[in-house]
Amino acid sequence: MDLSKSSFWGYKRENSRVGVRNHVIVLPVDDLSNAAAQAVANNIQGAMAIPHPYGRLQFGADLELHFRTLIGTGSNPNVAAVVVIGIEEGWTGRVVDGIKKTGKPVTGFGIELHGDHDTILRASKVAKEYVQWASELRREERPLKDLWISTKCGESDTTSGCGSNPTVGNAFDKLYPHGTTLVFGETTELTGGEHLVAERCRTPAVREKFMAMFNRYQEVIERHKTSDLSDSQPTKGNIAGGLTTIEEKALGNIQKIGRKCMVDGVIDKAEEPTGPGLWFMDSSSAAAEMVTLCAASGYTVHFFPTGQGNVIGNPILPVIKLCANPRTVRTMSEHIDVDVSGLLRKEMSPDDAGDKLIECMFRTANGRLTAAEALGHREFVLTRLYESA
Amino acid sequence: MIHFVVHDEGDSVGVVVVEGVKSGQPLTGWIMDQDREITVQAQNDIPIGHKLAIKALADKATVIKYGVDIGRTVAPIKVGEHAHVHNIKTKRW
Repeated sequence: MDLSKSSFWGYKRENSRVGVRNHVIVLPVDDLSNAAAQAVANNIQGAMAIPHPYGRLQFGADLELHFRTLIGTGSNPNVAAVVVIGIEEGWTGRVVDGIKKTGKPVTGFGIELHGDHDTILRASKVAKEYVQWASELRREERPLKDLWISTKCGESDTTSGCGSNPTVGNAFDKLYPHGTTLVFGETTELTGGEHLVAERCRTPAVREKFMAMFNRYQEVIERHKTSDLSDSQPTKGNIAGGLTTIEEKALGNIQKIGRKCMVDGVIDKAEEPTGPGLWFMDSSSAAAEMVTLCAASGYTVHFFPTGQGNVIGNPILPVIKLCANPRTVRTMSEHIDVDVSGLLRKEMSPDDAGDKLIECMFRTANGRLTAAEALGHREFVLTRLYESA
Repeated sequence: MIHFVVHDEGDSVGVVVVEGVKSGQPLTGWIMDQDREITVQAQNDIPIGHKLAIKALADKATVIKYGVDIGRTVAPIKVGEHAHVHNIKTKRW
């Protein structure tokens, strides 16, 4: 597949980032504001509320991550404009100011001193303006390098390691030389293969940072574990699918970074990468947490290989699912965008499978809805670092 | 027809990739990295996605897949036998 002249049709935003969706979102700062946000989305066709359960009494690094995730979500180029609603104006303003740096339209509303009714009325008026404005934005042809692609697998089984994950790896190896911005993560799910990732780091400094992140997360596991984590990591679904140990799961997972790409840098959760290349994000291995973090880091298309059939989506990030398990493809076909089960029957080469995924990526970037989008999967899950104050 | 796949010829296990494998069934395996085939007789019914040993493993032996250590046996495993959580555990946690 020659990608040297490849392009896609996207929405160029005020800050020159390019999105593949044109969402107007209503973003609650905290759990208390979900009802108002959902009422606004109910009033205004084309506005989407993104409810979540947190945002109160968080502090320190955990609070910083909360703000970074909300601001990153609003700043993502798949989002055209944002209405922010919080219980009070202070933290609401902080989220608004963060998103405002992109230059996109954003307005915040605090509920205190107004109540839900007045807030819903005022926020609905702004959301209506945003939706009508966004509906006149047009896609334009952009080079492949403007695409940011994330990956994370879920409900993996042994077919993930020999089929769907190497397909992502094949696609990443092809996309990497063209200046795309890529990311993988799942820190604990590299356990047993961390040395292989370390060997792929571009510089000793990157390797050192990667190993520091890896070792920190191992300490979290060691501190809290009450068993060998079997049924949690690997999950019960993983084990039902034939995966036995974390090492086996990790070695399958690592297939997603291909055989040629180098790890050019590491980022913390929901941080934005500073240039093209392959990035490692220190992140949870839970599907919705990791995909939410990818969206908050600015990624615009996601590759999600599954074995047993994880059904995840995201409100703003199109999640492309691929699967090599013929039973899952048969029993859960409505969730699978790319069927690569032919790989295990030797009917499809890894190169063909990678091309098939890239072809689906372009169609998705150009506007085709993924299975998860069509089915209404909008899992938005914030990562918490510790208890609230 | 391929019944199971093996990543690397140095591996101790392969992955069943078809449904309905029965005990006693002769199975054809594809070693992907070296692109060659082997045959093994199944010693148990083995579900799709689950592993079978392609080398005899003693108790407390290291299990190799992808050419890398994926854990230790907690019971001996015969060639063609179902290899999973009942006879393999992690070395890490």
